[in-house]
Amino acid sequence: MSFATNLRCRECHREYPLEARHVCDFCFGPVEVAYDYDGIRRNVTRASIEAGPASLWRYKDFLPCDADNAIDIGAGYTPLIRAQNLGRALGLNNLYIKNDTMNPTWSFKDRVVAVASSRARELGYDKLACASTGNLANSVSAHAAAAGMEAVVFIPEDLEAGKVLGSSIYNPTLVKVRGNYDAVNRLCAELAGSYNWGFVNVNVRAYYAEGSKTLGFEVAEQLGWRTPDHCVVPIASGSLFVKIRKGFEELYKAGLIDQPKIRMSGAQATGCSPVATAWREGTKNFRPQRPNTIAKSLAIGNPADGYYSLVQLEETGGACGMVDDPEIVAGMKLLAETEGIFGETAGGVTVASLKQLAAEGRIHPDELTVAFITGAGFKTAEAVADALNPALEIDATMDSFEAAYRAPVAQGVA
Amino acid sequence: MAVKRVRFTFPENLIREPLIYNLGHEFRVITNVRMADVDERTGWVLLELEGDPDEVERSLAWATAKGVRVDPVAGDIVEG
Repeated sequence: MSFATNLRCRECHREYPLEARHVCDFCFGPVEVAYDYDGIRRNVTRASIEAGPASLWRYKDFLPCDADNAIDIGAGYTPLIRAQNLGRALGLNNLYIKNDTMNPTWSFKDRVVAVASSRARELGYDKLACASTGNLANSVSAHAAAAGMEAVVFIPEDLEAGKVLGSSIYNPTLVKVRGNYDAVNRLCAELAGSYNWGFVNVNVRAYYAEGSKTLGFEVAEQLGWRTPDHCVVPIASGSLFVKIRKGFEELYKAGLIDQPKIRMSGAQATGCSPVATAWREGTKNFRPQRPNTIAKSLAIGNPADGYYSLVQLEETGGACGMVDDPEIVAGMKLLAETEGIFGETAGGVTVASLKQLAAEGRIHPDELTVAFITGAGFKTAEAVADALNPALEIDATMDSFEAAYRAPVAQGVA
Repeated sequence: MAVKRVRFTFPENLIREPLIYNLGHEFRVITNVRMADVDERTGWVLLELEGDPDEVERSLAWATAKGVRVDPVAGDIVEG
């Protein structure tokens, strides 16, 4: 059962029923779901969670919807792997990768959409909608298809082919919007206010954001019910960054782990770095930016949780990496070549930031560090295609193979 | 009448200007500030604008032309 009790404003703490609402009427602050933690503590044990399904619904008691009637396409419970090769390359002795490329639509967005779509249906919506640079659109389209709901997804016209296809296959109403980033954003804000649809990251955002907590739950469970010393998380809206920590904190409130003491560090692309820039300048007043980066899934110029991300960086003693496009490509390649994981550009941002923060001494070599890889690389193949070694092209003869194979080996390429 | 909730972000060069006061005089729009944080380098204000829909839009275009960044109160709608 869900132990959600109400929505609560994060600024003025006013409470609202569990309705479709994303900001407080009084101060316009964001609202988030509150829970009866005493009830959770009385009813939930490590064993009861471990007996649950191999999906995020094993944490149903911490989520704001009825798991028995949820839209479930198998999101969550992705691998946490010990990344010894990458760790060796970066001088980190205790590095783990949370591989969220393994979700049904190959990104962590399946976590948030699983919760948002389920709650939207409970609230009576028959249409799901979103405005997305790819991953969110893919996941909304898939969840709507599985639920027999209509999906209307808005994407910028210059999206990577893999991300367009990743929505089209589920047959949503796919709308490509011409115009720059600001124009697309402005139109979608107006649409969200005009149509009574379940806009997953607008009117049901409070529920949507809760899905990200499950990354924290899983990491703690997969580490044997303990928390890491340090997390490195890509920052787009900042919601994921903030909610992973909320996940750890909730496990503590439920009596399932010791009090967490985790340094939370972020990762942004230089071409869209409102949080990283503000962190370096020592202010929490981030300045919105117009994104210009290959990491389109992190291209949020005015992040909803930017302020809260900066507060969290300060509270936990974290740092925020900032890496340019060539470093992002190098990060994608390094992850693939060391751990066999093909992450998307956001993964490149995370790995490159991990490298940057390790080199700066901001991550101690022996800290148990978890880096979050949030989406799969085939969605952003264009970003790395030109940076990869070409295939050896040969005739169907041994001589041709040996001649071609020896040449690159001699050059140190193969 | 339309009510619009927006976030104004001011660049450093506009911090000392009474922009919201001027907006209320230039246009038949009621401004209602709900939350704000301003320092010497930048600042943001969450406010509600109430008035004829076209007049509200004109006032926002005016603010944008002055150099204010205008966004939805809840941040960007487009996500990854």
